[in-house]
Amino acid sequence: MPLSQRALVVGFAFALTLVIFELVRKRRLREEYSWLWLLFGAGVLCVSFLPFSWMKAIARALGSETPTAVIYFVGFIALILICLQFSVRLSRITEQIKNLGQQLALLEAERDASSAPPDEDGPEPQG
Amino acid sequence: MAPEPMTDPRSASPTAAAATALRPILGPAGRGLVLVPAFDEAERLGSVLSELARHSAFDVLVVDDGSSDGTCEVARRHGARCLRHPFNLGYGAALQTGYKYAARAGYEVVVQLDADGQHDPRFVPVLAERVLSGAVDACVGSRFLLGEGYIPPRLRRAGMILFGYIASVVTGRRITDPTSGYQALSRRVFEYFQSDVFPTDYPDADMLILLHRAGFRVEERPVAMRPAPGGRSMHSGLRPLFYVFKMLLSILVTLLREPPPRADA
Repeated sequence: MPLSQRALVVGFAFALTLVIFELVRKRRLREEYSWLWLLFGAGVLCVSFLPFSWMKAIARALGSETPTAVIYFVGFIALILICLQFSVRLSRITEQIKNLGQQLALLEAERDASSAPPDEDGPEPQG
Repeated sequence: MAPEPMTDPRSASPTAAAATALRPILGPAGRGLVLVPAFDEAERLGSVLSELARHSAFDVLVVDDGSSDGTCEVARRHGARCLRHPFNLGYGAALQTGYKYAARAGYEVVVQLDADGQHDPRFVPVLAERVLSGAVDACVGSRFLLGEGYIPPRLRRAGMILFGYIASVVTGRRITDPTSGYQALSRRVFEYFQSDVFPTDYPDADMLILLHRAGFRVEERPVAMRPAPGGRSMHSGLRPLFYVFKMLLSILVTLLREPPPRADA
């Protein structure tokens, strides 16, 4: 791998890690979501420091001619995993929003019912 | 020693207090609740509710699923109580809100009725009676058992027959109308459906299968249905294919999951 290419990858990995840290520090990104991205950045960083002969060996072991294809493939898998994790989170959040909406509707009804004037055979006084 | 003050046993627990607050408009005699999920149905809801009032003395709860056309006001004008979702959560979620309400308020039976006038309200007492008598836990109105009323076009029937067949095989009972939302549910069932087990996306055949697997007794009764005015039914438009796919997936998932334990089992 030419030095310019390697410098590009290393630079990108550092920049990504830095941006993630900055986002977490400014509370724009919750820590619970940051770890996957940090892992991703660390992975890219590790790969970028591997000796080219190692990368060739890994590529050959995976049945690929060029190490670049392997890097693309690994990156693709990582992105899919991150997407999947987002879908799982989204499902949970959807469920929570649904429950919140329902709870709000029920509480509103309870509030309206208790503030409305009781009818003649209405609820007995409490206590 | 002073005699103990008479206290209403129902006020002993917070749930009982909530039940008192939510208690029906028609007084404590109301054992049943008609649940009408509605989304932008202000135009048709009024006539549905007045027709319903001629056939049933049950309390009526409209769950307004984030409408912007004053559906809730129409409901209240017709003497129904209305719960309002802060935004659109979907048909299944609206049903589940109704179950949660009914469970808190202490009803014994919930009859769900569509707000677009598809379901003929004459059959509300019939479905409710089967559940109130304890004969079944869920009584589903089938439009194909009566031999009268509106029968949907062939293409849509094909889907119903497919899901009816699957549901019949899985439950070991003949199910003719798996997409019917016209149902009466016992307290045990709607308490069970309060949890996340309830399929809030499209509660249809998968809901029947879930009931069967959880050990509830389900039965079909003949009812008459009408075409949805304006063709704005849940299952029309460009969505049938997507619906078939989603339903098959939903049934598969329901079958692969362990049936979640019932609270009363």
